[in-house]
Amino acid sequence: MKVAITSTGNSVQSNLDQRFGRCGFFIIYDTETKGMEFIPNPNKDAQEGAGPASVQLVASRNVQKIISGEFGIKIKSLLDSLKIQMIVFKEPEKTIQEIINMLNS
Amino acid sequence: MVNHCSLFMSPRPLRLRKISNPPIISGFKPYGNRKSEGEPGTVFLQIEEYEALRLCDYNMFNHHQASETMDISRPTLTRIYARARQKIAEALVLGKQIIIEGGKIYFDSEWFSCSSCGCYFNNPEKQEEIKECPLCKSNNFSNYEQTYIEPEESMTRCSDICICPNCGFEQPHRFGCPCKEEICPKCRHNMVRKGTPHSRNF
Ligand SMILES: [Zn+2]
Ligand SMILES: [Zn+2]
Ligand SMILES: [Zn+2]
Repeated sequence: MKVAITSTGNSVQSNLDQRFGRCGFFIIYDTETKGMEFIPNPNKDAQEGAGPASVQLVASRNVQKIISGEFGIKIKSLLDSLKIQMIVFKEPEKTIQEIINMLNS
Repeated sequence: MVNHCSLFMSPRPLRLRKISNPPIISGFKPYGNRKSEGEPGTVFLQIEEYEALRLCDYNMFNHHQASETMDISRPTLTRIYARARQKIAEALVLGKQIIIEGGKIYFDSEWFSCSSCGCYFNNPEKQEEIKECPLCKSNNFSNYEQTYIEPEESMTRCSDICICPNCGFEQPHRFGCPCKEEICPKCRHNMVRKGTPHSRNF
């Protein structure tokens, strides 16, 4: 199963980005193969529509869950209709490695 | 956020207000008080007031859009919004801390909170039961919306009385809710249990 995690940077030492649509990077983690893909967020500085565009991006990777600090109202209904689970984790200090460890525990 | 109050739900139907997202924080603390004379006190922002503020002032919705989003009438939205702004102003002017809590709300899809890792998550597959926290695998999670049922309608009452030590206002004590967390509806002071040393002035 694939999980998207919003990240401030492009390494496992980076922190969980608290913003969804305007996060630095999306990390697509495969819980079966333990494979990881780092995708720079092209919508980071978009004037508008960063949220829906980011939903499209992660949905194209067939993720089933997204871990981030916050999801806006439009994003929430979009993800609801796509049946992608939202995990709101308000821990800006947590690193991507720590979150992956939690998923693997 | 789970309080005892949620365990005593009345069969009375509740009017629920739609909230799209749980707030990312549980409150604000002031700093640098230049007139520090003891406890400046607390303002309790109901989660529906938070939501009205978020929709109107952060998302820049007009009151019509905001009331539709929350599934309430426009006059109700306007009332909740006015209350929210009044409380924020009070916190700023008097240097009070803000705690976000309470209110009658629900989320679009079912939400849960995990008390092991502190995350919140929804259940996009409503027909499937959630068995564990999707993040830490703990089964120590609870339905998030239930913790926000307004105490007034979810409490059984006992014969104790809460009294305001400031103005003397009395109300029936609500079982499971500490008196000191009750706010006097007249002067907004925190209440105490009647007959205890703190209430001896009355
Ligand atoms: Zn958990
Ligand atoms: Zn009073
Ligand atoms: Zn009481």
